[in-house]
Amino acid sequence: MVLIFAESQKGQFKKTAFEAVSFGYKTARQLGVECAALVLGTAENAADLGKYGASKVLHVADAALDHFDSQVQAAVIGEAARQSGATVVVVSATANGKALLGRLAVRLDAGSVAGVNTVPEGSGSFRVKRPVFSGKAIAEYEVRSDIKVLSLMGNAMPPEAVGNAAPVEAISVPVPAPRVRVKSVKRVEGIVPLPEAEVVVSAGRGMKGPENWGIVEELADVLGATTACSRPVADAHWRPHHEHVGQTGIAIRPNLYIAIGISGAIQHLAGVNSSKVIVVINKDPEAPFFKAADYGVVGDLFEVVPRLTAAVQAFKAGQ
Amino acid sequence: MKLLVCVSKTPDTTARIAFTAGNSEFDSAGVQYIMNPYDEWYALVRALELKEANGGSVTIVNVGPADNDTVIRKGLAIGADDAVRIDTDPKSSMAVAKQIAEFARSENYDIIFLGKETIDYNGAEVGAMIAEYLDLPFISYASKLDVNGSTATVSRDIEGGAEEVEADLPLVVSAAKGMAEQRIPNMRGIMMAKSKPLNVVAPVAFEDKSVAVSYSLPPQKTSVKLVDPENMEELVRLLHEEAKAI
Ligand SMILES: Cc1cc2nc3c(=O)[nH]c(=O)nc-3n(C[C@H](O)[C@H](O)[C@H](O)COP(=O)(O)OP(=O)(O)OC[C@H]3O[C@@H](n4cnc5c(N)ncnc54)[C@H](O)[C@@H]3O)c2cc1C
Ligand SMILES: Nc1ncnc2c1ncn2[C@@H]1O[C@H](COP(=O)(O)O)[C@@H](O)[C@H]1O
Repeated sequence: MVLIFAESQKGQFKKTAFEAVSFGYKTARQLGVECAALVLGTAENAADLGKYGASKVLHVADAALDHFDSQVQAAVIGEAARQSGATVVVVSATANGKALLGRLAVRLDAGSVAGVNTVPEGSGSFRVKRPVFSGKAIAEYEVRSDIKVLSLMGNAMPPEAVGNAAPVEAISVPVPAPRVRVKSVKRVEGIVPLPEAEVVVSAGRGMKGPENWGIVEELADVLGATTACSRPVADAHWRPHHEHVGQTGIAIRPNLYIAIGISGAIQHLAGVNSSKVIVVINKDPEAPFFKAADYGVVGDLFEVVPRLTAAVQAFKAGQ
Repeated sequence: MKLLVCVSKTPDTTARIAFTAGNSEFDSAGVQYIMNPYDEWYALVRALELKEANGGSVTIVNVGPADNDTVIRKGLAIGADDAVRIDTDPKSSMAVAKQIAEFARSENYDIIFLGKETIDYNGAEVGAMIAEYLDLPFISYASKLDVNGSTATVSRDIEGGAEEVEADLPLVVSAAKGMAEQRIPNMRGIMMAKSKPLNVVAPVAFEDKSVAVSYSLPPQKTSVKLVDPENMEELVRLLHEEAKAI
């Protein structure tokens, strides 16, 4: 069976959890086995995971699991995998999921592949693909152990509804005492975090200074987008460091990435070149970013961006 | 404090990515190698700062062949006291973790530092694996770390925010941007590095369970479609009708 750890936050599932279940369902079909989801701690709509293909949802309801300690959660997921006879265990490649993957691999004596973006292929050997070299290449991995653990890259495969709510089954698994104590959690409220954003509006040094960011925020607003920036912009404290995308910042793959006044240095591209559609606005027609773009606008951003905002507004009003 | 920093060697960020042997191996011809930036800029420097404040030692460990000595010497030049190279060419994250864990098991390090990920394979797996082998707490994506007595207070990056956590030593930490400021080795450091110990140790037996068997390059973008800067309605139309992105 394929066991999917569906990560929740304050009892709610994130989109990444639905993506993971959908991926697990497709993997299970490919292997001709069942697929179950595993939920830890407080979880409100656990039965909904059935919609994405889980035939049942296993639930370890201990509220201690609401706080993340990779050691505790890996012990619980590992034990649930053992109890249910799972041969493939899937987690999301989120900050927490990544900390679980390696632990689960060791615990289950399993081969692991981090950040996969394809369903296992073929018969005989078990093979999956994932981007490597910051998206500049794709590697195919063969997993040779009896149990396999995978983390699914975010935004790689949209969740697909295939069924109805599934039965939720409480299971009992010992929960070890945490050794990492969570003191506080701070999240930026009201905006979609960058790794989960479908539309990202990003700006660079071409903006000249932090006081000019209003036009970027207005465009992001009308598009329902999350804002990002290049590294020098974050380094100069024009924007908060959690907005920094690229090789040394966050790697993202939204449906739409709009780059404003960013030259497109290779280290910047490394974090964004897997975006599905890239729009580049730059006054220099020779800017390297145009080579990685689907759509380009050669012009002064201070004129183009407000014009684009107005055009999006008019389009949304007409919809 | 007894500190261990795991450092890896990666192709320079601008390296041309190509493959040989029927697309089954990375082509290292003409590639410049560097110390993985997260290991060098954040993990190593924070370890050195802790040693400077509290006393103790900073050891570097690398799992790799003799070619890696240049990168290891750079770590010594930046300030580590000594280094260990486990002499094998690992083919998986688990191979790396297993070697480091077996080496560290009897050494009682207070903190084992890693970078948040390597910039070539971007796996972010090794730290969690070492922690599991050694039954230690693991705190990933740490952007700030302070130690007070035997307790570490760490801020770790999560989606759209940060989490403040606490754990007792010993523990495993992976370092992200913010943890420290890059240090450039000076002449004295480079000279001293030459005489610092770099011990080569034999690996333990390990069989890979997951290996990269072939590589390909992502599909190239077809050429960019330029839109008149006066006509943003056209860009919106293309994004809606053609790209289906809005
Ligand atoms: C090891 C390493 C890691 C790195 N990691 C990252 C990373 O993670 N992320 C990252 O972003 N960078 C990273 N960098 C830095 C990277 O190499 C570039 O220096 C950086 O991306 C450039 O930022 P920028 O495009 O905002 O600025 P610039 O390169 O200065 O580009 C500004 C652009 O704005 C355009 N412009 C100016 N005025 C206007 C106007 N009025 N209208 C329209 N266009 C205008 C210019 O034509 C130019 O193309 C890294 C570098 C190294 C060495
Ligand atoms: N061959 C290696 N030798 C020593 N440390 C390594 C090696 N490979 C990876 N690491 C460490 O593990 C971290 C995460 O690597 P990865 O899991 O491959 O993304 C790196 O930042 C290094 O600190």
